[in-house]
Amino acid sequence: MVDIYDELIKTDIRHITVRHEQGAVHAADGYTRASGKVGVCLVTSGPGATNTVSGIASAYMDSIPIVVLTGQVPTGLIGNDAFQEVDIVGITRPCTKHNYLVKRVEDLGKTLKEAFYVARSGRPGPVLVDLPKDVVKAATTYRPIKLVHLRSYNPTYEPNFRQIPKAAALIKEAERPMILTGGGAILSNASEAVRRLAWKIQAPVASTLMGMGAFPGSDPLWLGMIGMHGTYRANMSSATCDLLIAVGVRFSDRVTGKVEKFAPNAKIIHIDIDPTSIRKNIPVSIPIVGDCRLTLEKLNAFLETEELGDPGGVRRPWLDQIREWKATKTLKYVQNEVIKPQYVVEKLCEITNGDAIVATEVGQNQMWAAQYYRFDRPNCFITSGGLGCMGFGFPAAIGAQVAFPDRLVVDIAGDGSIQMNIQEMATAMQYGLPVKIIVLNNSCLGMVRQWQELFYDRRYAHTEMEATPDFVRLAEAYGAVGLRAVRPEDVEPVLKKGLSHPGLVIMDFVVEKEECVYPMVPAGAPITDMLLV
Amino acid sequence: MANEKDKRHILSMLVDNQPGVLSRVAGFFSSRGFNIDSLCVSETHDPLISRITLVAMGDMAVLEQIKKQLNKLINVIKVLDFTDVDYVERETALVKLRARPEHRAEILRMTGIFRSRVVDVGSDFYTVEITGDEGKINAFLKLVKNMGIKEVARTGLVALAREKK
Repeated sequence: MVDIYDELIKTDIRHITVRHEQGAVHAADGYTRASGKVGVCLVTSGPGATNTVSGIASAYMDSIPIVVLTGQVPTGLIGNDAFQEVDIVGITRPCTKHNYLVKRVEDLGKTLKEAFYVARSGRPGPVLVDLPKDVVKAATTYRPIKLVHLRSYNPTYEPNFRQIPKAAALIKEAERPMILTGGGAILSNASEAVRRLAWKIQAPVASTLMGMGAFPGSDPLWLGMIGMHGTYRANMSSATCDLLIAVGVRFSDRVTGKVEKFAPNAKIIHIDIDPTSIRKNIPVSIPIVGDCRLTLEKLNAFLETEELGDPGGVRRPWLDQIREWKATKTLKYVQNEVIKPQYVVEKLCEITNGDAIVATEVGQNQMWAAQYYRFDRPNCFITSGGLGCMGFGFPAAIGAQVAFPDRLVVDIAGDGSIQMNIQEMATAMQYGLPVKIIVLNNSCLGMVRQWQELFYDRRYAHTEMEATPDFVRLAEAYGAVGLRAVRPEDVEPVLKKGLSHPGLVIMDFVVEKEECVYPMVPAGAPITDMLLV
Repeated sequence: MANEKDKRHILSMLVDNQPGVLSRVAGFFSSRGFNIDSLCVSETHDPLISRITLVAMGDMAVLEQIKKQLNKLINVIKVLDFTDVDYVERETALVKLRARPEHRAEILRMTGIFRSRVVDVGSDFYTVEITGDEGKINAFLKLVKNMGIKEVARTGLVALAREKK
């Protein structure tokens, strides 16, 4: 890698030296999720390469296009158990969209071009390119490559034109339609098309965790998140609707609960660019393989030419029912003398007016962020959905901050997960990246503790964090600002002070330990079987 | 493992002739706990393309998913499933048999009946080359078993779809 760095220093490519390779991949990933551009990271061979695996797997599960360049021992030593040699192409084969080992310098240009093309086209995903030392050291003549053509890889963007009228016919006859957005809606920039469709046909919209922001959280047709910690009205709507229009979702187990009981009364239109996502978990009536945005635009255009009657009138009883669910069983918590984590997120949303880019770690902090922050725009909620990788949020926030130096970037964290990549504090300090870390500090691994409380008779086996660093002094040790709130009345002033500081800040909120994320659907149960507050 | 939903599948794939491709294909089977019963890989008339012929038993729904996933691989050009189509299949086996004096005539008679031939002879063994569909080879192996099989090497199945007549 030294050879690459020796050349990199002569270019104007911006490089950030992180403190751990896992941080590098998450940061590239966060950059991509926030900006839509392909993030890149560069790591050394052996342990450098193995440290990237969690980051790559996280990007793979969430279909995030990044390119990971790994160093490798010289081609002549490959397979000889050389110093810092590891078969990273073999290790990452099941968690990359594709990967390459470049064995000749003549292939380097073409391979890199192809790597970016594969990463960002079709259903996006991480691509790894392994670079042996002799290959990167060798000299060659660069010949620009304009187009990549792969005979074996042709993603379908244009939907099959026969499916659009079939989908429209189902929409016309539906009395209780509902739209469900997933990560695919964000990746294909389908937000505007989703909004038009929803209003045109007067269908309420729910989202998976990955699709948060694809539809405005302040829109009256918004139902909230669906699934294990979904809102009452979103989960009830899915069980009651007679038509479900699924846009860029893969129906994960955290979304469907018991699959046999998912949307039992609905015909399903499933739009996804990846044919393997369709009918994988859930049978559908109308499968449409294609880009979500293109497909919805075609569907919207088709519906323009159709006589739809009075969707608002026909669907009034349905929308009234949802309004009643919303009024009676809303998200709630009781703020008493101890700070409630939900209160911190709600206040954060209020103070930032919902305009921040919010990254999260994984666990309760992540669910409360999804439930209590309002996302009106796509690419503002950055979270490790599929893999659920603790330690993701802070480096991802760094990546997002690099993409948008002038925007407010917040990492909502728990005291457990923030410690998993805390070393990147030094990176943020070195490059002046003013990320705001909010630690919802309950001195335990909260989500596991919640499961222990609810399903394991309160046997809190090894989830207590009896020794936790003093986050204020930790921040100071890195040269950042540390603030703490212990009483509910401290929350607002600490947030205001912390958010207005121009640099890196940790805000440590000492919150109620035994607080649970509600609603909660026990694993494997139908998503209408919700435990409520 | 096998239940009534399980069915024998012959998958024929055209793939880029490159290192690592077989590992990607095989990985989809191993990661789902599927055993590959036979596998045959070799170059086609186009040196840039190889054909993989793979036989696996398993649940239809899971194999459908594997097929879709295989189609998604960057290096896989085409996946054909011969389960419900008309096709020709062949396999070759080399069978090294103990050739006790009292068995030699019987072995030679068998090779004749099966239209196979003896390709190597030693002082106490014959090696027989036999080509046919899987059933023919299995039948031969069953019949010669009592004489004493020393070693068997099978190529694994190759298959091509029949053209419309």
